[in-house]
Amino acid sequence: MLPRLPLPDTKVFMDEQTVQHVAKLARLQLDAAEVARFAGEMSAITGYIDQLSKVNVEGVEATVHPVCDRNLWREDRAQNSLKREEATANAPDSEQNFFRVPPAIE
Amino acid sequence: MDDLLNIDATEAVRRIREKDTTAEALTAMVLEHAQRTEPKVGAFLRLDVEGALAQAKAVDAGKASGPLAGVPIAIKDNIHVKGQLTTCASHILEGFHAPHDATVVERLRAAGAIIVGKTNLDEFAMGSSCENSALQQTHNPWDVRCVPGGSSGGSAATVAARSSFISLGSDTGGSIRLPASFCGLVGYKPSYGRVSRYGLVAFASSLDQIGPFTRSVRDAALALKVMAGRDPLDSTTPEREVPDYPALLKGDLRGKRVGVVREYLDEMPNREVADAVGVAIEGMKSLGAEIVDVKLPHAEFGIAVYYVVASAEASSNLSRFDGVRYGLREKADNLFDMYQHSRGRGFGPEVKRRIMLGTYALSAGHYDEYYGRAGKVRTLIKRDFDEAWKSCDLIAGPCAPFTAFKSGEKSDPLSMYLCDVFTIPASLAGQCALSLPVGFDAAGLPIGMHLQAAPYADAGLLSAAHALEQVLKPKVDRVPAIA
Repeated sequence: MLPRLPLPDTKVFMDEQTVQHVAKLARLQLDAAEVARFAGEMSAITGYIDQLSKVNVEGVEATVHPVCDRNLWREDRAQNSLKREEATANAPDSEQNFFRVPPAIE
Repeated sequence: MDDLLNIDATEAVRRIREKDTTAEALTAMVLEHAQRTEPKVGAFLRLDVEGALAQAKAVDAGKASGPLAGVPIAIKDNIHVKGQLTTCASHILEGFHAPHDATVVERLRAAGAIIVGKTNLDEFAMGSSCENSALQQTHNPWDVRCVPGGSSGGSAATVAARSSFISLGSDTGGSIRLPASFCGLVGYKPSYGRVSRYGLVAFASSLDQIGPFTRSVRDAALALKVMAGRDPLDSTTPEREVPDYPALLKGDLRGKRVGVVREYLDEMPNREVADAVGVAIEGMKSLGAEIVDVKLPHAEFGIAVYYVVASAEASSNLSRFDGVRYGLREKADNLFDMYQHSRGRGFGPEVKRRIMLGTYALSAGHYDEYYGRAGKVRTLIKRDFDEAWKSCDLIAGPCAPFTAFKSGEKSDPLSMYLCDVFTIPASLAGQCALSLPVGFDAAGLPIGMHLQAAPYADAGLLSAAHALEQVLKPKVDRVPAIA
């Protein structure tokens, strides 16, 4: 009933190549030390999570919302929101209330 | 310390109303006290001395009134207070000023509350000890060598240290209840959707709830009444009536059935926690409750489900921190590099770990195995509760497997995740739940009991906790030495 740490013989689920691939998907720059560290830690975590594979979930629907209430509809009407200067006030780089970013296409 | 700092918010409101004191005097006293305790506790990231005193003067001038008129309240720094910084204790939000109040802050202000400052947290609310803050360390007022619990550690520490009367936290898997248990407070996680999250920086949207830390159950009932209810700006808040929670608090538990999962207590390695919770369960019996055994066979998978679901949702929610619209931006020649350098530098290790885990769980080839399967096991956990609610009205047990631990003691992420074993299942099922102080261990650290009820049974949960609180009062009536 109480949580157990994964057994020491848990197979390694995540190698450094996988870590680098996932980091790219997540747009996270990791240095070599982080990649090595995450490979070890995430293997332990996914090893722990692997206990879910033992649960029989045949025919079970996934829960996405914990409390199922009716969907709440509203009119699609424009309402007052932030002014442009308020919305861009926190931007690290902006011009005339537009966000400025480095080039996306060569 | 002045006795006035030890009363609860309900009593403070009464004294201000009856002119025994003023909002300004109380606020000034709290701020002065905070300046004494903060060097040792570190609960606040920022105090708003000027703003708080101005709000207090407005209350005294009759310009603001309401059920919380004059009560100094602290806000976790992942909840927006207009014009002030919101940091989420992360470098990635450096310099970000909230353009609006969160709905909860708006409602607290309308009720006359005084916002005194913003409190420390684990970065983006990810953690169980508050040690993942990128900005500062918070210490437990009961023993400054120990952690306050997390993620809402600063909010818990300030109410325990008497540097605020109520504070707001956010709870995704236990982030209110665990620190409440470690700091000897009432920590309330409302039913999913009961309180609007508009203005809360999203972590895991199918789990996040805002709730209060208080010194009494009646204060929690009062804060909930002020904050709860439909908000058009958060589509998860239903059109459900908000009961008058404080008026519904009763003094007994006659006719109530309290479910207990025996294994939780029998297998608990920490006997001091198990014994204190056992005594509290006996207390419920003495108040007229019937104690029944319940089984939650899938609850043991809660942590595994949680770290898939919460991390997956976090990886999606935190994609908004990309250096474009706010926060930290690293210079780069192209957009892709700007994203990854800004995020790589701005996020701390735990946040990166969860983004990585969530991205992995959602990635092609792993989706069904992780995210899909976790959602299904979540359904089984929920069904266990649905079954349990046929034979009981509440479920009681320990809030945490241990009392507050020493700073730096838990260094690997997985052992930290296991802190939340008792609080996570309620989050996965959208239930209301709270931590109630039930005693102290031999080292003088607080022990919390976890009480939970079905979604939207908040009134009954608060009433039961209030009744038990009256019985336990002589046992838990202590103030931390640091206060």
